[in-house]
Amino acid sequence: MKGNEAFAEAAIRAGADGYFGYPITPQSEVMEYLMAEKPHERTGMVVLQAESEVAAINMVYGGAACGKRVLTSSSSPGISLKQEGISYIAGAELPCLILNVVRGGPGLGTIQPSQSDYFQSTKGGGHGDYRMIVLAPSSVQEMADFAGLGFELAFKYRNPVMVLSDGAIGQMMEKVELEEQRPRFTEEEIIKNTPWATTGKTKNRERNIITSLNLDSAKQEQHNIDLQKKYKLIQEKETRFELINCEDAEYLIVAYGTSARLSQKAVDLLRNQGIKAGLLRPITLFPFPTEAISKLADRVKGILTVEMSAGQMVEDVKLAVGCRVKVEHFGRMGGIIPSPTEVVEAMHKKIIGG
Amino acid sequence: MTEEIIIAGFGGQGVLSMGKILAYSGVMENKEVSWMPSYGPEMRGGTANVTVIISDERISSPIISSYDTAIILNQQSMDKFEKSVKPGGILIYDPNGITRHPERKDINIYTIEATDEASKMGLTKVFNMIILGGFLKLKPIVHAEYIRKGLEKSLPKRHHNMIPENEKAIDRGKEIIEARQLLN
Repeated sequence: MKGNEAFAEAAIRAGADGYFGYPITPQSEVMEYLMAEKPHERTGMVVLQAESEVAAINMVYGGAACGKRVLTSSSSPGISLKQEGISYIAGAELPCLILNVVRGGPGLGTIQPSQSDYFQSTKGGGHGDYRMIVLAPSSVQEMADFAGLGFELAFKYRNPVMVLSDGAIGQMMEKVELEEQRPRFTEEEIIKNTPWATTGKTKNRERNIITSLNLDSAKQEQHNIDLQKKYKLIQEKETRFELINCEDAEYLIVAYGTSARLSQKAVDLLRNQGIKAGLLRPITLFPFPTEAISKLADRVKGILTVEMSAGQMVEDVKLAVGCRVKVEHFGRMGGIIPSPTEVVEAMHKKIIGG
Repeated sequence: MTEEIIIAGFGGQGVLSMGKILAYSGVMENKEVSWMPSYGPEMRGGTANVTVIISDERISSPIISSYDTAIILNQQSMDKFEKSVKPGGILIYDPNGITRHPERKDINIYTIEATDEASKMGLTKVFNMIILGGFLKLKPIVHAEYIRKGLEKSLPKRHHNMIPENEKAIDRGKEIIEARQLLN
């Protein structure tokens, strides 16, 4: 299966209630697959092509407000259009799943893969002090796995979750094992699981209000304080990463998504040259594996980050490392995917010999 | 065993589907596979290529810059990928439409007249399967029974009546592939 298709199928199986989207390359297969699969016949899930990205994200806002498991997907320019809605959803503390199959920017840019939306995904994107949980799949299997995990985390923390993929992971085919179909929640279950949702007021409870507006500054500050507490809790509980060949590593690569895959090959190539290289692959970009990188910084000689961007995640790696060891960035931009041999050369030039 | 293959030609020649059938056949034989296509503007009329990796072990990078085998179906792809074959590797091409033949001396080179053969068979659509047959003759990395399963998996049901023709084309490809330059 293609990564995009695996995500779509996994979303159905995770018991999603609704998908709202607008087509854009390289993620159009998500909605194509959903339309072809007719999940409204399989599980009752709604699949709807909205009139625009802005409409799609606001449909997600509405669905989420009712306690439904809803999602949308797009690629970079479309995700930019959704930012207002994402900020509102984060402000209103609603759970939802957003897939970004990143392409090269800025602007309409290119339709080829890129990782230049790291800042947008992890540091805001929309206005206000908010965070999304950001999951970065590096295989078709993880595209499938993160649909279910994404919903789980979104509801656990009442927070939007972004799956930050890229054109390569979305378009490529690999083997994938899918979860069994999970039944959609019934109306009764939704009322029980999400007592905050606007499911229709009953006599025995207060009115539920979903809003991101609070004109009383004192209340709004308190809301922000509560949000920050939640983000801190997410940082403590949900940081995920993978270590590959790090036990004896003297030189470390930090890379996520497609870059992690080719960096893994680069680690093999470096080890063949007798260089003890290792890879730390962040799986969550927010929360970022700061502590794990900090620990490794005590025993490696240098760190190279590999990103298909001008160097965005490298800033978070530098914050984790302080100035203890050299941290350099290597990347290609505009839809070019670096080759593993280029990564090896960069490690020699910028870190080992530099 | 790891086999890293690039298939490159014009959009519409069946480049991506040839890769897909090979990849699915690998999955059916329980191997690790990856299928990484070029997409977008290249597919809309220009050149198309796909990287297929079939391995007994977990595949690290689906994106690579050198290949064990390159299957080349037009001149642009020859210009782009001849240099990317690993020394000692294999280059297979259909001479039809090729104006500059490969010049490398450190690789094995084979030709396969698949365009001619497909029109002789009266089935231009199976062109890509003739090529696939030629490749499988040199590198029998998946067994014939799994190729059949791969065809069943990647062709829509309404085209399953075409599977015997596809298999015939694969067999024909095995017969007509010719060595042009072999290393000792």
